[in-house]
Amino acid sequence: MPVARTAWCTHPLVKRSAPVVTIVTVLIVVWYIGAVLMNLSLVRGGFEREEAPYTMMELLEGTMSAERPLLPAPHQVVGAFIESVFGYPPTAPRSLVYHAMVTLSATLLGFGLGALLGIVLALAIVHSRVLERSLMPWIICSQMVPILALAPIFIVVLGAIGLQGLLPKSIISAYLSFFPITIGMVKGFTSPDPMQMDLMRTWSATSRQVLSKLRWPSAVPYLFASLKVAITISLIGAIVAELPTGAEAGIGARLLAGSYYGQTIQIWSALVAAAVLASGLIAIVSYVERKVGRRMGART
Amino acid sequence: MTLLVEPVRMNSTADAEPHIYQSNVTRPIAVDVSKVSLTFDTTDGKVEALSNVDLQIGGGEFVSFIGPSGCGKTTLLRVIADLQQPSSGAVTVNGMSAEQARLGRNYGYVFQAPALFPWRSIEANLKLPLELMGFSPTEQKQRAARYLDLVNLTGFERKFPWQLSGGMQQRVSIARALSFDPELLLMDEPFGALDEIVRDHLNEQLLQLWAKTRKTVLFVTHSIPEAVFLSTKIVVMSPRPGRITDIIDCNFPRDRTLEIRETPEFMAIAQRVRTGLRAGHSYDE
Repeated sequence: MPVARTAWCTHPLVKRSAPVVTIVTVLIVVWYIGAVLMNLSLVRGGFEREEAPYTMMELLEGTMSAERPLLPAPHQVVGAFIESVFGYPPTAPRSLVYHAMVTLSATLLGFGLGALLGIVLALAIVHSRVLERSLMPWIICSQMVPILALAPIFIVVLGAIGLQGLLPKSIISAYLSFFPITIGMVKGFTSPDPMQMDLMRTWSATSRQVLSKLRWPSAVPYLFASLKVAITISLIGAIVAELPTGAEAGIGARLLAGSYYGQTIQIWSALVAAAVLASGLIAIVSYVERKVGRRMGART
Repeated sequence: MTLLVEPVRMNSTADAEPHIYQSNVTRPIAVDVSKVSLTFDTTDGKVEALSNVDLQIGGGEFVSFIGPSGCGKTTLLRVIADLQQPSSGAVTVNGMSAEQARLGRNYGYVFQAPALFPWRSIEANLKLPLELMGFSPTEQKQRAARYLDLVNLTGFERKFPWQLSGGMQQRVSIARALSFDPELLLMDEPFGALDEIVRDHLNEQLLQLWAKTRKTVLFVTHSIPEAVFLSTKIVVMSPRPGRITDIIDCNFPRDRTLEIRETPEFMAIAQRVRTGLRAGHSYDE
């Protein structure tokens, strides 16, 4: 029945999801092959140490279910992820939800601080040439030092003045995330057309009016583009901040603990948690962007 | 109060004997440009955008500035609007300096492009200058409605600029320039980007608007028929250095229609403008 077959192929749901499903399938297959290849010698070594006879089938099974594989198979990661998300109450230290929330709170606070700092710096730079010349080199320099080197210094210095826990992590996160916002907003605030600027002049608008009625609205698309970059960087900043401090909770702490004890599955499920968190945060920013865009007459 | 009864002496380097024009307008001088020069420093050296320009415009007149690119017609308009400072000379608008006139919101300016704010609805675009000038919300709404009606765009309040055609957008920008009721309307090739038919239509509408509102209009254009059709006075300009080469009175009745373009009088004036443009070496290259 050729009619039925074409109908199935051209169904909008199939059309929309087919490319994604194909890519995911290919990735999973490649991942499984990778898992077999990488874990093979590990598993074989295990069998040989016990001097037990083994078949090819047992060897393959072993690569799929090793306790500390070099590369865990997808189902192991998914299993561990689901167990650590749903298997414990959300406040238990073994729950991934608990760790994700710790990291998320540092991320959001850091993102808020970073966005505020980024916008304030952009405003200062746009309104004063002197500030542009004096601030811009430092802003760029700040991003050239690897955060992994800076983070311990931050923690130690902030710890010395009595700041611990959430705030130092947020500050590291803000330190990373203000940068794309400053760069984006400087571009955004200077994006109005010269004709629009001239119009404001003919109406003898004050510089505050130019800011609120022209520069701000013109900068909105740039704001959302840089917020999307900034919020993922905030998350990375928060995770990195948890690494050198020996933090007890957070996705970074899970990654660190996992690598200490060779718990690769735990590392991977923490990575999945970070990815889920990042996608969720970007989705929220995109949602707000669409809402705001609709109010501002964007063509959709 | 100075009255424009004495003859206007135009500045011309091309003619040995300066012509003297008698204007029939007796309202006070709206714009007085005296000995204005403006030199730009560019990478290729100095460019004389305006050289010793003298011009007086009476209230209620419709004055067109015509000339080839680079003759300084837009620059002259921008100097009158205080968007650019002259290197020397003085500009008086409604008896004030150009800056005072700008700060006092004495003129509305229409650019080549509509320059509407894309994130604002048509109504909100019209309200923008009113918001800046502190009109009350009810007054803003009334005025937006009145001026949208004036340019025949009632019903488009909630649309966004991209939903309107280029001609409609330009009409919105004219309504916006008029919305705070300035005495002077400065228009810089407002219909340059529109096609011939839309342009004719808008020319007629602009004339009606001018007859209705009795504003003084300064209008920059490339088009000879447009200039002759609209104006009470045509200022012909020439480049390198930017200067006025001829000022032509053009006194068709205010309620003129597009048909006058076929009359011999119209042709004669158009011919004189064309000759003036040629005399300014504008067709040399």
